[in-house]
Amino acid sequence: MPAVTVNNVCKSFGDKLVVNDVSFSVALGEIFGLIGPNGAGKTTTIRMMMDIIKPDSGEINILGENLSEATKNGIGYLPEERGLYKKISVLESLVYLASLKGISASWARSRAEELLRRVDLLPHKGKRIEELSRGMGQLIQFLVTIIHDPRLVILDEPFAGLDPVNTKLLKEIILDLRSQGKAIILSTHRMNEVEELCDRVLMIDKGHSVLYGELAKIKTKYANNSVFVEFEGKMGKLDGVVSKKDYGQYTELFLDEETTPQKIMQQLVSQGIKINRFEVSTPSLNEIFLQVVAKKK
Amino acid sequence: MNKTILIIKHEFLQTLRRKSFIIMTLAFPVLGLLAIGGYQVIQGITPPPAPGEEVTIGYIDEVGIFNDFTEQPGEPPVSLVTYTTPEEATGDLLEEDISEYFIIPSDYLTTGLITRFTLERELEPPKETREAITSFLVSNLLGGQTSSEVIERVKSPLLLNSITLDETGQIAKEQGGPGAFIVPYLFSILLLIAIFTSSGFLLQGLGEEKENRIIEILLSSVSAQQLLTGKVLGLGAAGLAQMLVWLLTARVLVEMASTTIGGLLSTLQIPGDLLVLSLVYFILGYLLFAVIMAGAGSIGATAREGQQMTVIFTLPAVVPLWLTYLIVENPDHVVSQILTLFPLTAPITVMIRLGTADIPVWQLVVSIILMIVTIIGLLVLAAKIFRTFLLMYGKTPRLGEIVRYLRQA
Repeated sequence: MPAVTVNNVCKSFGDKLVVNDVSFSVALGEIFGLIGPNGAGKTTTIRMMMDIIKPDSGEINILGENLSEATKNGIGYLPEERGLYKKISVLESLVYLASLKGISASWARSRAEELLRRVDLLPHKGKRIEELSRGMGQLIQFLVTIIHDPRLVILDEPFAGLDPVNTKLLKEIILDLRSQGKAIILSTHRMNEVEELCDRVLMIDKGHSVLYGELAKIKTKYANNSVFVEFEGKMGKLDGVVSKKDYGQYTELFLDEETTPQKIMQQLVSQGIKINRFEVSTPSLNEIFLQVVAKKK
Repeated sequence: MNKTILIIKHEFLQTLRRKSFIIMTLAFPVLGLLAIGGYQVIQGITPPPAPGEEVTIGYIDEVGIFNDFTEQPGEPPVSLVTYTTPEEATGDLLEEDISEYFIIPSDYLTTGLITRFTLERELEPPKETREAITSFLVSNLLGGQTSSEVIERVKSPLLLNSITLDETGQIAKEQGGPGAFIVPYLFSILLLIAIFTSSGFLLQGLGEEKENRIIEILLSSVSAQQLLTGKVLGLGAAGLAQMLVWLLTARVLVEMASTTIGGLLSTLQIPGDLLVLSLVYFILGYLLFAVIMAGAGSIGATAREGQQMTVIFTLPAVVPLWLTYLIVENPDHVVSQILTLFPLTAPITVMIRLGTADIPVWQLVVSIILMIVTIIGLLVLAAKIFRTFLLMYGKTPRLGEIVRYLRQA
């Protein structure tokens, strides 16, 4: 059973078509990247999945059910625009918001303490939210998202404003969730940030789906067939290299269609120069996005 | 537990914990107690006027018939001393042998004119002095011509005691008078405060949730309808609790005031139908303004902007207070009737009118029905507005945009 199926969904505000015929599905146990620049329609798509706004047409299926109030209990959603009650204590906020997801107060309390311990915030449980630092507040918001142990977790720009330590902590927890078999949707315009995490991605631009599939396959498809080499000494002539581009510290070698990186490696080794780095170039999601958009125009 | 009930409970408890709510709720009983206590303390430390200190007043009688009854009993007793010339009397006045003197001119019987001389600067002659002089004059004018009982009656011919009868000819429970008016007036102000405290909290709460960006987190768990209903009812319950505290303490305070202070306050009464109607109009008035506030609050980008947008609706609620005089003097005037029926002004107008005259039952029924219909209509509209504007951050839409969005919603 897929965690999410979205079929041919459209939504417009006024005359503006914000989401245009978008379809995708997310499986349990995978991290799915919903990526695209600002204003691409990511948040609107998510809000439709959360039944906060209704699609004009198309179908959305969550955890095997049609959208309803009940499906909301199975989803953990961290919105891009997020915050907490300022005057209420950390524990109270967690318990109240968890109870709105249909879990009992006592279970919510023990689960809240367990999660607070995990992120080292247990000593702060009695403090009011306004007394916490910004980073701590964001961690608490994340805990609110997963406190009811949802099978589907939707994170909209989860790393915005987090410091490197908390970013790392959050990534660890997200990977944990995947290994527990949850489906995770990461929505972001900072594509490089989530590249390492995602199994599959949907790239949207101006409401249109422009790229959809396994991240590894997409990367191979858009690869340049070039290698980066950082070396000491003088590089001789290499067979199969069409052109070179010198970046100062390192050089990019563009290969012809029959040549593999292995062949270049062999030639370099036989020339006896000292190699400090040898890397098969894979385009970043940013670069792929720019290519795709440029091609469309 | 049902999610709406969870929200009601949360909002109710959060409001009860608000400092401003606690202060408001306790302020009225505490102020009332202080006023009564303060009155008694002042009574306790003010020495009663010294009894028996006789006041001497001089007079010059140019008519020649005012010779007797020169000792007037009273509080204080007044002794009248006759002089033959003003110079003599002025001399004694300056010596403080007499406190004042007056001249009864020879044409007094046709003009009734008396000239009084005193060293005091005063707003008007003291009541005691007037009564003593009047009594002295009347007694001398009628002395020997009629019985002393008639003389007493002439001095105070009218001690009025009015009694209001109801339709059956029985003595009516409510006897009117200023006392009967004070309570409804007080109630109308309390009602206004209660309605606007709780609906104000609703507006503020929504604004805060919008500013804190918590709305979308809430909407990922509950529907807009559940959220709106939960907030309106939760805060309404808090307002109702406040109103109950006030009504109960009002009863106790009025009891205390009428037994300890007496006078005008002893005529104070809180009729039962006033209590019931004020609860009914609190609930309806609150729901009406809460729904309006929720709608306006979700359009404004911040709590403050939301507040500004509601002024246009809250102003009419206060109008009856400005027109109190008109409503009290002419309870059946067409303006009073319109104010009773128009939903935004109905709660306060009904409170004011209850104190002065009976409101025809049909007007109460129509006004309550109109309020309920308006509340339901606005609720549907507010839910639409709520859904449309709750997730718009950063800017307040213009009127044209609001209308356009609502058409599409």
